[in-house]
Amino acid sequence: MFKDITIGQYFPGESLVHKLDPRIKILVIIFFIVSLFFVDSFYPYIFILLFIVVISKVAKIPVSLVLKGIKPLRFIIIITFIINVFMTKGEILFDIGPLTVTKEGLSTAIFMALRLVFLVLGTSLLTLTTSPIALTDGIEKLLSPFKKIGLPAHELAMMMTIALRFIPTLLEEADKIMKAQMARGADFESGNIINRAKNLVPLLVPLFINAFRRADELATAMEARCYRGGEHRTRLNELKLDTKDMVVFVSVIIYFGLIISTRYIKI
Amino acid sequence: MIIDIKNVNYIYNPGTPFEKKALSNINIQIDEGEFIGLIGHTGSGKSTLVQHLNGLLKPTSGDVIVDGINTSKKDVSLREIRQKVGLVFQYPEHQLFEETIYADIAFGPKNLGLKDNEVDMRVKSAMENVGLDFESLKDRSPFELSGGQKRRAAIAGVIAMKPKLLILDEPTAGLDPAGRDEILGGIRKLYEKEKMTIVLVSHSMEDIAKLANRILVMDKGELVMDDSPKEVFKRAPELEEIGLGVPQITNFMRELKSKGYDVNDEIITVEEAKEEILKYLRSREDV
Repeated sequence: MFKDITIGQYFPGESLVHKLDPRIKILVIIFFIVSLFFVDSFYPYIFILLFIVVISKVAKIPVSLVLKGIKPLRFIIIITFIINVFMTKGEILFDIGPLTVTKEGLSTAIFMALRLVFLVLGTSLLTLTTSPIALTDGIEKLLSPFKKIGLPAHELAMMMTIALRFIPTLLEEADKIMKAQMARGADFESGNIINRAKNLVPLLVPLFINAFRRADELATAMEARCYRGGEHRTRLNELKLDTKDMVVFVSVIIYFGLIISTRYIKI
Repeated sequence: MIIDIKNVNYIYNPGTPFEKKALSNINIQIDEGEFIGLIGHTGSGKSTLVQHLNGLLKPTSGDVIVDGINTSKKDVSLREIRQKVGLVFQYPEHQLFEETIYADIAFGPKNLGLKDNEVDMRVKSAMENVGLDFESLKDRSPFELSGGQKRRAAIAGVIAMKPKLLILDEPTAGLDPAGRDEILGGIRKLYEKEKMTIVLVSHSMEDIAKLANRILVMDKGELVMDDSPKEVFKRAPELEEIGLGVPQITNFMRELKSKGYDVNDEIITVEEAKEEILKYLRSREDV
């Protein structure tokens, strides 16, 4: 029952996109998001779409997988669409009961819905092509300048790495405990909400106890190997920017710069 | 016949890139009163197989019939099946959750809808069967116990449901020798006194040789041997090929024979070996 949950939807590959420095990828996505919000008409969306298509082609990620990212957010997208359709004033197209649909409303609704769709697609491209470990490494490096003002960049990244690492373990464990309790006649599937919540106690208590035990053991194991935070810590795979990273970075900046400029320079 | 497994196949995650065939064309009949040892390399499908026996997993194709009930049927009462077949998972102490040992062991019987005095009796006899003192331990927290005691309390939680068939998945993993003997002694008692049919999954050939009267050997999702312990352990080379082995004492007797001593090398327990060697020595004295 827990098998369907995938967090960190990394799709392994050997493409240029996969091999790009995670810092560059994170920055690119930030530029992507910023430019997405600068766009104020439909036609620059073509270039946004082009960017998504090209990246997923280069990364050899199946279209269905990219589109899957939209599914969990479909309600938000639909609600945004509906609100915009009915709440914008302008030239009336037709009425549905007390609600009126305007030409402007329809166009804003489509525009906003597309913006959300592109937002999701772009960010899921990042998580699809970057392993969670590389991602946290990138975040740590990008945040490291803020260490001077007291931001614990290394600790944050380490916590993220550990959390990601243990999600599958905990799911597996939850599955196992659930089966064991079901073997003792526990019922997780029927009854009303209150009963169901009560029935979760035999699952949650052992799960928490085991999680704490695991955390304790992990801490001991890390200390036994002399872990003491980020100070003077070296890494096995140092992130290094090479020419291809710089080329990609510069060209992407120019590309998004042009998209942003469409807001100010009307052709 | 308590269990009838017919042409069972099981595939994990069918239709995805992670598809994996875990069981292929398994046929097993288990009768009441048997003590079965189930052995196999890690990942050979043992755990998948035992989860089929109480309806936690349902075969992708084929039928599992538990005491006349087909587990794949739509309106089947899983509760009834789980009462007939008790399953003790690996490291069962990780499922303890109640405030007292009594409440934890009573969890299963209560789920069966039994009356309080019946639950009380069952908890008492289950604790007795696993060698935990009822009066002194019933109100203690299960988390205060030692590792071996925790394990026994967790096993008692399954025994208290009075299953006809009790399956134990590596019940002695990670215990010290004393803890192991206590658990195995308890299992033997359940088999002999409570007349439970037992399926014991284990990596210890010694334990299996000592207790089981039939051995099932799994390899890569297939049932490769199903025979008496003596017959199975005769096939040492085949067992070694699939990452298993024979009891050390069997190896010892083979070695002895190959050195030219005229002893029976089909021996699987230390007790038998002792008799055999004494017999051999006596026959030498007579000469």
